[in-house]
Amino acid sequence: MTDGIISKGFTGRRRNSGLDKRDRIPPGQYETDQFPVLSAGPTPRVSLDRWTFKVSGKGIETLEWNWKEFLALPQETFTVDIHCVTKWTKLDTGWKGVSLDTVFSKLNLLSAPNLQYIVAKDVTGYTANLPLKDVINGKAWIVHEFDGKTLSADHGGPARLLVPHLYLWKSVKWLNEIILTENDQPGFWESVGYHNYGDPFLEQRYRGD
Amino acid sequence: MKLKWQIAEVTETIQETAQTKSLIFDVPEWQEHFAGQHIDIRLTAEDGYQVERSYSISSPPENGQKVAITVERVEDGEVSPYLTDIVEKGYKLELRGPIGGYFVWKANQTPTKPLLLIAGGSGIVPLMSMLRHRNLNPINSGAVLIYSAKATADIIYYDELNELTKKDGTLKTVFVVTREQPVNWQGYTRRIDLQMFEEVLGKMTTDYNVFICGSTSFVEAAADLLQEFGVSPQNIKTERFG
Repeated sequence: MTDGIISKGFTGRRRNSGLDKRDRIPPGQYETDQFPVLSAGPTPRVSLDRWTFKVSGKGIETLEWNWKEFLALPQETFTVDIHCVTKWTKLDTGWKGVSLDTVFSKLNLLSAPNLQYIVAKDVTGYTANLPLKDVINGKAWIVHEFDGKTLSADHGGPARLLVPHLYLWKSVKWLNEIILTENDQPGFWESVGYHNYGDPFLEQRYRGD
Repeated sequence: MKLKWQIAEVTETIQETAQTKSLIFDVPEWQEHFAGQHIDIRLTAEDGYQVERSYSISSPPENGQKVAITVERVEDGEVSPYLTDIVEKGYKLELRGPIGGYFVWKANQTPTKPLLLIAGGSGIVPLMSMLRHRNLNPINSGAVLIYSAKATADIIYYDELNELTKKDGTLKTVFVVTREQPVNWQGYTRRIDLQMFEEVLGKMTTDYNVFICGSTSFVEAAADLLQEFGVSPQNIKTERFG
């Protein structure tokens, strides 16, 4: 991080955030109050009466929820920082949704110890891959409310994955399926030059970082 | 292989409009890019404070290590005013790239659907790389550019776009301004809408290879309208900023 040549005449504009806050902004990121949108294509509109979410995997039973059943699952509200690979970080974002621990508790994962990765899919076919250990033990949710309001379509509504400790492209918008897999299968951005894991504090933006 | 930070020298700057400036770098270890990709720039203050930002490449791959970006000055921005107001020829900056493998267009790719480029404001920058690339290669399909800006004075690359369109009968360029009613103006003077797409694109086909770049609200509007027009969402690639 300390390498790099001095940019002549550049002073920068450090935000007057406290030390604790500064520690929460990963290298190369800047803090924003906005909520920018990044998607590879048009925003799909998914109606709630046709919304479903499915979990499947080799050797385990496939489970599916409709919107009403999904809302009947135990809900959590929580506040986290989020980091987009396009360089913005938004602190203290408030969400409501279902922990993936709740979802996985309905499956007998112990019977399939070989399933150590997941592929998260959206309604358009977009995918992201994650190690299973990164989406259990309180690290990942399926969220449907942001800042106390219904999650808008451009931010992934009706419901998106949220894995705040990794760059936000892992938090698949318009989520409709999670597949547990034996092998790590690179997803959409992971296949076009982005990092396979995406830890913002290690600045794992691109392949090889 | 890690995408290394490199030191690049600014060899030329071009004031494009009041708010935008092109910086042309010499990047010694440049690995050829595709039209539509971007670079990251990293600035370091004397005390070690660093910031990074991404900028779309405006030069075509054929220009090799003479890599150009066009920067829009954001009034309260931390990085863009430095790049537009302070950096001049001879400055050395750190950058790495090329980055992004999805919002890209290659002249030799098959199938060769007609290209439809839709730009809002400085969203023209990566699309300009595509048009410059297209201009330098044999092509066998048409292209349409619909470029919306606030006013005529804000249109980046205006003369070059007119020249490209004049010499290439398969390229159609349509300018749209939303906050000006210029006299003797061939383009549109309103926000993009369905009727505009119908008039510009006609009824021959809806099977385009589409790239949309601009602000989030512009991209959302354009992508929705195009689907209403009949373009399949699978054929629409988007890049949003801000």
